[in-house]
Amino acid sequence: MSTDTEVGAELPDHLVAHGEIRQTEVKQTHRVVIRFAGDSGDGMQLTGDRFTSEAAAFGNDLATLPNFPAEIRAPAGTLPGVSSFQLHFADYDILTPGDRPDVLVAMNPAALKSNLPDLPHGGVLIVNTDEFTKRNLGKVGYDSNPLEDDSLAPYQVHQVAMATLTRTALEPTGMSKKDAERAKNMFALGLLSWMYHRGTEGTEAFLREKFAKKPELAEANILAFRTGWNYGETTESFAVTYEVAPAALPGGTYRQITGNLALAYGVVAAGQLSELPVFLGTYPITPASDVLHELSKHKGMGVTTFQAEDEIAGIGAALGASFGGALGVTSTSGPGVALKSETIGLAVALELPLLILDVQRGGPSTGLPTKTEQADLLQAMFGRNGEAPVPIVAPASPSECFDAAIQAARIALTYRTPVFVLSDGSIANGSEPWNVPDVESLPDMSVEFATEANAPDGSGEFWPYLRDDDTLARPWAVPGTPGLEHRIGGLEKADGRGSISYDPDNHDRMVRLRRAKIDGIEVPDITVDDPSGEAEVLVLGWGSTFGPIGAACRRVRAAGLQVAQAHLRNLNPLPDNLGEVLGRYRRVVVPEMNLGQLAMLLRAKYLVDARSYTKVAGLPFGAEELAGVLTDAVKGDLPA
Amino acid sequence: MTSTVPSRAVDLPSPKLGGLDLVPTTDETQKAKDFSSDQEVRWCPGCGDYAVLASVRSFLPELGLKRENIVFVSGIGCSSRFPYYLDTYGMHSIHGRAPAIATGLAVTRPDLSVWVVTGDGDALSIGGNHLIHALRRNMNITILLFNNRIYGLTKGQYSPTSEVGKVTKSTPMGSLDAPFNPVSLALGAEATFVGRALDSDRKGLTEVLRQAAAHRGASLVEIFQDCPIFNDGSFDVLRKPDQSESRVITVRHGEPITFGNEGRHAVVRKGFGLAVAPTAEVAPEDVVVHDATDLELSFALSRLSDQALEHAVFGVLRQVVRPTYDDLARDQVQRAVDGGGADLLELVQGRDTWTVRDGAVLGAVGREGVSR
Repeated sequence: MSTDTEVGAELPDHLVAHGEIRQTEVKQTHRVVIRFAGDSGDGMQLTGDRFTSEAAAFGNDLATLPNFPAEIRAPAGTLPGVSSFQLHFADYDILTPGDRPDVLVAMNPAALKSNLPDLPHGGVLIVNTDEFTKRNLGKVGYDSNPLEDDSLAPYQVHQVAMATLTRTALEPTGMSKKDAERAKNMFALGLLSWMYHRGTEGTEAFLREKFAKKPELAEANILAFRTGWNYGETTESFAVTYEVAPAALPGGTYRQITGNLALAYGVVAAGQLSELPVFLGTYPITPASDVLHELSKHKGMGVTTFQAEDEIAGIGAALGASFGGALGVTSTSGPGVALKSETIGLAVALELPLLILDVQRGGPSTGLPTKTEQADLLQAMFGRNGEAPVPIVAPASPSECFDAAIQAARIALTYRTPVFVLSDGSIANGSEPWNVPDVESLPDMSVEFATEANAPDGSGEFWPYLRDDDTLARPWAVPGTPGLEHRIGGLEKADGRGSISYDPDNHDRMVRLRRAKIDGIEVPDITVDDPSGEAEVLVLGWGSTFGPIGAACRRVRAAGLQVAQAHLRNLNPLPDNLGEVLGRYRRVVVPEMNLGQLAMLLRAKYLVDARSYTKVAGLPFGAEELAGVLTDAVKGDLPA
Repeated sequence: MTSTVPSRAVDLPSPKLGGLDLVPTTDETQKAKDFSSDQEVRWCPGCGDYAVLASVRSFLPELGLKRENIVFVSGIGCSSRFPYYLDTYGMHSIHGRAPAIATGLAVTRPDLSVWVVTGDGDALSIGGNHLIHALRRNMNITILLFNNRIYGLTKGQYSPTSEVGKVTKSTPMGSLDAPFNPVSLALGAEATFVGRALDSDRKGLTEVLRQAAAHRGASLVEIFQDCPIFNDGSFDVLRKPDQSESRVITVRHGEPITFGNEGRHAVVRKGFGLAVAPTAEVAPEDVVVHDATDLELSFALSRLSDQALEHAVFGVLRQVVRPTYDDLARDQVQRAVDGGGADLLELVQGRDTWTVRDGAVLGAVGREGVSR
């Protein structure tokens, strides 16, 4: 049985129900995790996205986990070609896409084989039987057909000939057999939409719009969708349907959003709030390319996107744009950051604003392009020659990417510095409901360019490295400003005047000034969630682990134990009160999807015995897994 | 046809905009010294960079641009110190990346005259990729490529334009690399303006600079330049009158290509390429007339310049009109803005929203605002 609960609530009812009741019964359930799994070409991501939109429009809280291979079309029917989409939706606020599915839709033997281990006994399994041919079974090493032996006995199995049913339904359209069968994902979506009482209009409108240029395809997909829906309603194989009521989320206007979309919107917003043109210089890379795709659509809001010849040119052009007074932005993933390092160092020396959006993926090297990891933290902190401190902001969820981009831009513009945003694959592609902010409430980020000479000696000269007393930022004097002509570059500059200087004391001073400027950036204090106020164990995370850690804390507390949770959104500089917070707890546990990078920083800076719990499997932590770690920690058994 | 070499004028297509048409001008009289910064020039004595700097300083006033609207961006190397010595805006960036940085600046700031100063190592080795892409995109920038055929700042290693077999600190038994011909490379990248000049030839250099600055699009100007420390006298055969007479070929658009004393040498077609022949032995109509819009001719001219400097072609080898990337990019943005730039709230809300009030979902607003 699944123990995948987040509030200690009862298991979803349907997990204990069996298909013996003849009449369709409607059951209320608080939460469901559905996983669609099929071949890369089966349209599982689209199917999952569409169901997600329906759940969102219905008012459920939700979280999603797309999981797909790096190959665009791995050989059909093979294990490496399996693509899946997991959706968790509920009538209360949830934090993760769920550890394991309650319902698994398997479109072929490969999808069944690779996903069945995650389905708890008693779970619902819907199988497209048409693909279970001897050849396909052989491809994935099934000696016998699992639909015919008793290996699926522990599950509630629904065998549905989805391809055949779809093809038959689409016969009147005159489509070829092959084309008709491609709509079987819409059949699956129709069936699930019926099972969970989702409307049909939204999906039908979506299909009409998606295939606006090919209305015959739109109608074929709609027909397949309705066929799936009707199949559920008219056949007697599904005895129970389920209702998940809307979630009582805080008041506001909501939409569903992925991290990459939120990141792109945050960049657009930063441009509007600062009244600066946005220039994105970038190079396509998984899983960050959607940021480029999205921003390229918003030229009407003053956004210029430039797909450069390589990662280095992308950031170079962005820095050139910043020199000219634009908000320069580059988007990338870990391997791209490695290539951009020298230019980031130049931006540190030039002290110009620049956003570096790093959507982390599995490494090292090419690593796992489509899987998640948070192992670029130390690269962002230290991955440059010389002392080159760069602020780091890390969103904790898909929707937080919006705020992270704005905060990063505000820091970049205020302190004239490159700033990292560290997102990752799971929040970039994952989605959740977002309480859309009131645009009027967003901060004013207008900047002042230098317009006049500033030399303290009254010489009437312009000193490009004369700093603001408060922020230590230097003036931003853009070309075209008369009288402020100056030259900047990567060579060390004289404090104040900014001319080339090889003076030893000056270099020492400049290195310390650049560090002091970053250390002095104002970031919000970290807050601690400790409902009882009696916890002795603090779990501290950063980035996308927020959801699983939060869900794990709920479980631990539901079991009557005390644990405090805190999450870092600012990793450089760290919040001023972090040392004090860490000192309050007897034990500190730091779960990370790397080998302990934040823990290393904490131990070095605060001399605290932070214990790492790490995993680099390309997937988010499971809540159950972390709950176990935290329970052990509360009971005194710390991770090594 | 007369007995003299015929002149077949070919009109250059005139672009709607000149290279500097969007850059504000000044009525104030400018002098070379107005463009000299307070920085002490620190090249080695005898370096060809001094001559180029002097030419550029004396040429810039001719443009009549506001000084603050001129930007020089450089990479790394001896030549890349250039921006420090000009009282304009400038950036001394990192090795090889100046064309990329200039790209972002040129796209966002049409009111700037953007220049890139680079060398043979900076532009053709570490920055080769950025160079060819800036040229093919036709960014509105002017690239001055100082070619001394050696690495100077790192003290004397061979460069991507060094002659095969060159003995240097890193090639004690001779360089094995086949060198680039920068003009051929630029033409291969379909650059819209390619010119070449010699550092010490102020008149010729200024003439090429003048045309390069006026060109809307990426202009590559290769400047043969002497490194007296590590490659002394590399171009001497092009400077000494007795030797240069038979080697230096200066081309002008629309004019027959003859050179040497009293034009005694002529450029003629040979197969798919070009060759040099005594003018006296060539029928006047067989003397090639330079057409800067003819890519094949420009390429053939570039191949006349060999590593041994038997011949070296100077002047504007190619100039054609093609829309620039930065103009097109700004045009797309402008059209999108004119088409009704979106509202930020509209954008972030998207089309599928639902409202929660007092803990209850008040019905979703569907696509296109239809309630459901």
